[in-house]
Amino acid sequence: MSNFGAFCLLLALCLSLYGLFASLLGAILKQHRIVRSAERAAIASCAGILLSLAALLYLLATSDFSVAHVAQSTNRELPVFYKLAALWGAHDGSMLLWVFVTAVFSGIVVLQNRFRYRDMMPYVVAVLMFNLSFFLILNLFLSNPFNELVQVLPDGTMHKFSPQDGRGLNPLLQYWAMIIHPPILYLGFIGFVVPFAFAIAALITRQLGDTWIRTTRRWTLITWLFLGVGLILGGKWAYVELGWGGYWGWDPVENSSLMPWLTGTAFLHSVIVQERKGMLKVWNVLLVVITYLLGIFGTFITRSGIINSVHAFADSKLGVFFLYYMLLVLGGSLFLIIDRLPYLKSERRLDSVLSRESAFLFNNLLLLVACFAVLWGTMFPVLSNWVEGTKITVGPPFFNSVGIPIGLMLLFLTGVGPLFAWRKTSVESLRRAFLWPMAPALLVCIALLVSGMRSFYSLVSFTLCMFVLVTIAQEFWKGTRVRVRNTGENFALAMVNLTLKNKRRYGGYVVHLSIVLMFVGLTGNAFNRQTS
Amino acid sequence: MSSANWKFLLGGAVVVAALSWLGFVGFQESKSYYITVDEFSAMKNDLQGKTLKIAGDVVEGSIERSGPGLEFVITHSGKNLKVRYVGRDVLPDTFKGGSKAVVEGTLSEDGVLLARHIEAKCASKYEAEYNKKTT
Repeated sequence: MSNFGAFCLLLALCLSLYGLFASLLGAILKQHRIVRSAERAAIASCAGILLSLAALLYLLATSDFSVAHVAQSTNRELPVFYKLAALWGAHDGSMLLWVFVTAVFSGIVVLQNRFRYRDMMPYVVAVLMFNLSFFLILNLFLSNPFNELVQVLPDGTMHKFSPQDGRGLNPLLQYWAMIIHPPILYLGFIGFVVPFAFAIAALITRQLGDTWIRTTRRWTLITWLFLGVGLILGGKWAYVELGWGGYWGWDPVENSSLMPWLTGTAFLHSVIVQERKGMLKVWNVLLVVITYLLGIFGTFITRSGIINSVHAFADSKLGVFFLYYMLLVLGGSLFLIIDRLPYLKSERRLDSVLSRESAFLFNNLLLLVACFAVLWGTMFPVLSNWVEGTKITVGPPFFNSVGIPIGLMLLFLTGVGPLFAWRKTSVESLRRAFLWPMAPALLVCIALLVSGMRSFYSLVSFTLCMFVLVTIAQEFWKGTRVRVRNTGENFALAMVNLTLKNKRRYGGYVVHLSIVLMFVGLTGNAFNRQTS
Repeated sequence: MSSANWKFLLGGAVVVAALSWLGFVGFQESKSYYITVDEFSAMKNDLQGKTLKIAGDVVEGSIERSGPGLEFVITHSGKNLKVRYVGRDVLPDTFKGGSKAVVEGTLSEDGVLLARHIEAKCASKYEAEYNKKTT
């Protein structure tokens, strides 16, 4: 069974490599049938990996301890559920899970677009297969979960052996949130390869309007959602497990999943500017490349052991391959972008600082500065070791000193962004729009001051939370009132329909509302410290 | 470049500068040297007054609770270091004899590390020997 599993993986690699070369060949020769065969190879590769996954699950369920991964992460007394979840309990199996999700996503993209974008799809498939092949090569040759255990006897001979019982699953991992946290995070990391692939295809085929953005919007949203949920679950689990610094410790592995989320959030906002105003075209392709690379970087940090972390699983030789891959992708993408610069010219310029474009730009600036700060703090030990020979680490005070002001400024933008008009907002209309939300916000501030709160950041945070809450409520109120007048529906129904018919805008407001709630919780939690 | 672009860049530069300054202050406050116990004993003289993060294994049976305080010994590659915990957080579940620990604090005059923060990783159970049985 382990041989079967390994064989399926090898077959999948051959198929994905074929897919890579055939789709490029078919595009260059303009032979539709070759491209089609590449797409079918991509789907077949996905099937191969599925079989391989099923094989490993079978080995785990039947406790076949001759296989290294099974012996390493399960034992006989483990409940079946945890035996299966142990698939991602150790390095090799988690690599297979990563490959599986990548393959499934690639397959879905191929199927979704089998009648569309025929000019871009060969390149999309090529990028997806390039990504898949890289991880398959790592999985097969460097972290193969189907490796069998051998024992070297004193006389130098090697024998396969199968222990009576395995080592078992780390008790810290036997917790519901911990079980679903890695798969959800993987969905969040891996999904960004899809907008990336479409961006590269758009660059190659010189179709740099917003086709590539619109077609991948749902992918980006869902990926971002999973990444966010994964982050929150991790925080929930860390909070429950004492000693992991509360809900967030600025640990390198935590940070590595935060970084693509930050740039992903920036990307979600900046594409709106491109779709509405034809601006920020270069920025958007750059941002999607960065987000994809940060996802790879995240898994690189976790798996290479380059940075010490309470999360660190392995000290493996994978590191240098990741580096080469990232450099290759970065170099190739930058070359493409620079070469296609004429096609990425902005259609409009920034008219005023008091505009929605400007607010989005500022949002992006803040998120990218935050990402850079997190990157700097996370990688500093590696840098200082290189330069000075000792590892210097930085802790929460550094990250918080930058992160809290940025978070509060972003919160502020969340409130004022919708109040700004596109192109230019008159000061008069701003004054009118600000008045309603300012009043309750100031009341909150005064009430808190009167009740004794003196912490500057907390006061600002709660005040802003109120401010944003009112701006969101105001938007819903205005929109619903117009709808009621036009359709005669009752208020509640009108609000629901308004949201469903304008998901981009009002769905966005719902997300902003949840962010406000998170800020309230985070700020309140800063007062709640348990000490012994 | 248009006036709006200039204004944006100026505003952006001011914000970035302010954040950089805040970051620099936060950096200096929280930076610590990450070394193992044996590297520590080699460098002992240069490290007075600096914040240290020392990694090692907790020696079995060395954990002593004396009143509100806690003392233990960590070891790595043959070198030992006595640690006195002066922090106020609850200790991690994983902190016990034999676990890998990273201890952050400063050196006291009597050569003991005054730890303000302890992180611990589960180790021992997962290095257990397999029951050998050939097939």
